[in-house]
Amino acid sequence: MYELVTGPLAWLAFGIFFIGVMVRTVLYIRGLDWQMDRVAYKPHRIYGLKGAFNSIVSWLIPYGTRSWRFYPFFTVMVFVFHIGLLMTPIFLEGHNILLKERFGFSLWSISQPTADVLTIGMMVAAFFILLRRYALPEVRILTTWYDYTVLAIAVAPFLTGFLAAHQIGNYQFWLIAHILAGEIMLIAIPFTKLSHFILFFLSRAQLGMDYGIKRGGMKRKRGMAW
Amino acid sequence: MAQGKLCNREKVDTLEQLQALLNDKGGAQYYKEMQDLDVDTDLLRATLQKTLKEKSRIKAWLEICAHCGMCSDSCFLYLANNKDPEQVPSYKIQSTLGRLYKQKGKVDNAFMQMCMDTAWSKCTCCNRCGMYCPFGIDMGIMFSYLRGLCFQQGFVPWEMKIGSGMHRVYRAQMDVTTEDWVETCEWMAEEYEEDWPGLKIPIEKVGADIMYTVNAREPKHYPEDLAEAAILFHLAGEDWTVPEEGWEETSLAMFAGDWEACKMQVQSVYDAMERLKPKRMVVTECGHAYRATVIEGPYWCGLKTGQPPVESLHYVEWVAEVLRNGKLKIDPAKKIKEPVTLQDSCNYIRNAGLAEYTREIMSYIAEDFREMSPNKDHNFCCGGGGGFNGIGRYRKQRNAGLKVKRDQIIQTGAKLVIAPCHNCWDAIRDLEEVFEVGIRWSFLKPLLVQMVEIPEHLKPQEEEV
Repeated sequence: MYELVTGPLAWLAFGIFFIGVMVRTVLYIRGLDWQMDRVAYKPHRIYGLKGAFNSIVSWLIPYGTRSWRFYPFFTVMVFVFHIGLLMTPIFLEGHNILLKERFGFSLWSISQPTADVLTIGMMVAAFFILLRRYALPEVRILTTWYDYTVLAIAVAPFLTGFLAAHQIGNYQFWLIAHILAGEIMLIAIPFTKLSHFILFFLSRAQLGMDYGIKRGGMKRKRGMAW
Repeated sequence: MAQGKLCNREKVDTLEQLQALLNDKGGAQYYKEMQDLDVDTDLLRATLQKTLKEKSRIKAWLEICAHCGMCSDSCFLYLANNKDPEQVPSYKIQSTLGRLYKQKGKVDNAFMQMCMDTAWSKCTCCNRCGMYCPFGIDMGIMFSYLRGLCFQQGFVPWEMKIGSGMHRVYRAQMDVTTEDWVETCEWMAEEYEEDWPGLKIPIEKVGADIMYTVNAREPKHYPEDLAEAAILFHLAGEDWTVPEEGWEETSLAMFAGDWEACKMQVQSVYDAMERLKPKRMVVTECGHAYRATVIEGPYWCGLKTGQPPVESLHYVEWVAEVLRNGKLKIDPAKKIKEPVTLQDSCNYIRNAGLAEYTREIMSYIAEDFREMSPNKDHNFCCGGGGGFNGIGRYRKQRNAGLKVKRDQIIQTGAKLVIAPCHNCWDAIRDLEEVFEVGIRWSFLKPLLVQMVEIPEHLKPQEEEV
């Protein structure tokens, strides 16, 4: 079983993830239409790039936008969730050892306690995000089973990984479950809402270009105050 | 296959059609016919396929929305309606366009009526929500797109059908013919010439520095606005003109989602630019007019630069410029002394970046200028944008929506509101009528005419004696 999930299945999952993300990127960019979107992307590339950059960076900074500041607690949850989600798997020591064994190189690693903090933080944030879906009427009305599924797909590798790493229960079981959960997430990224992994950047860039080129980018002195 | 006599998928291209609609008081028959209007699901599916599925922007927006609800508090209609969850922008668009797309256009009459009611009474296309979404999902843009789908199917409020018909028949939002327009210009010039020696409204002058264009309501209902514009150009010593045709900047067609008529209307202005070859164009104090002709128009007309054929200024840009360069000087004694606030029009502030120009004007004319909060790019819609002011069917909803602006104005402590936009001006007038909070409202022109210093040689004769 271990050979299967770390061998062919892993190759498949990473393959689908990388190719899927690339395809989504290409399709998105090709699907932009200057006349339909009413944004002259090409003739004003510099304004567009400035607008896109401002639009992405402002939103990557915690409390960098009015909207982030308007929801202070949720903003913390969103950032803790996403930082844990992205940093832990990439810099986890265990993953880097695997990387070194398989491909002969590894990335900078974080310590086990750091990984624990990130993982627990991510899971606690997920819990509050879940709670918020129930608690707030304006979020409850938007919520569907799909939102819970996507959240479960994102949290599963962390919960199983944490149990495996700390040898809580059956290590072999949690390890295999962890690997499978990770693969499910990778495969889900191009096909589900998790595609915001890349579409966040593309969509933000698009609206940034819209504001940068058309909606006042050439008149505002300091760019759009997101 | 039920198509009504008045409520149908036909475009209003003739005077007879337009008259028939106007004769139907309050749209009573029109809305009755709408109950039986069939949905052309094949057309709907094909349009969705071509303009949504094969494109990426709106498709991605509908797909990635994380249902986080961060757009909720950005929407003034959500706030004005006691945080009704059904007013959350994401919910509004997902339950209309989202479902339409998922069901590939296979929807019925009741669904289309719900889409119409949502698109015109629960969104003014102010685009504020787009600024509060982490993914940059602009629901205002999607509602504007949805309006286009509704219009194509004939599910459009009666006044909007008439409005777009007016543009098709008259190239103006109201029944103002070329003759009416020219006569009004001549009348105003004559009327005010005695007080302002040498005052002229030059019509169809080729090669002027400025081509001035207006909102049809001005010649139709407030011709003195035209006279005030003429006085200010006159005092500033501008070389200006108005075109005989192509003088109308507004676009009820844009509010209606009639993209074909949008193009017709804007093209008439661009044709005037070609004909008169002015150095620049100045648009009157109207928000959506500027948005339609200067910001969106180039795209409707297929101009790849996204720019109108001639550099185009909103009136506030022109005013800021002449106050800056001294062509117009404000008499310090006549500056506004009382507390005064300013309405930021979504269409040329958030959606065209002119916030600093209006502040610059305020710095010249007001001694106690009070900002609303939030303001500039983050302002709230006046409550009457996107056609909301003009639709009888949604008057109750419109009036409820005015509360947010009312409270913003009250908070400033100012009793005078400057609203350099026709829709905002109307909404603020109406909010005073509905809530009686004791405020006054004004365009810039009448205030400026009272405040500017008049050069010696332009003073009326009797004063010189």
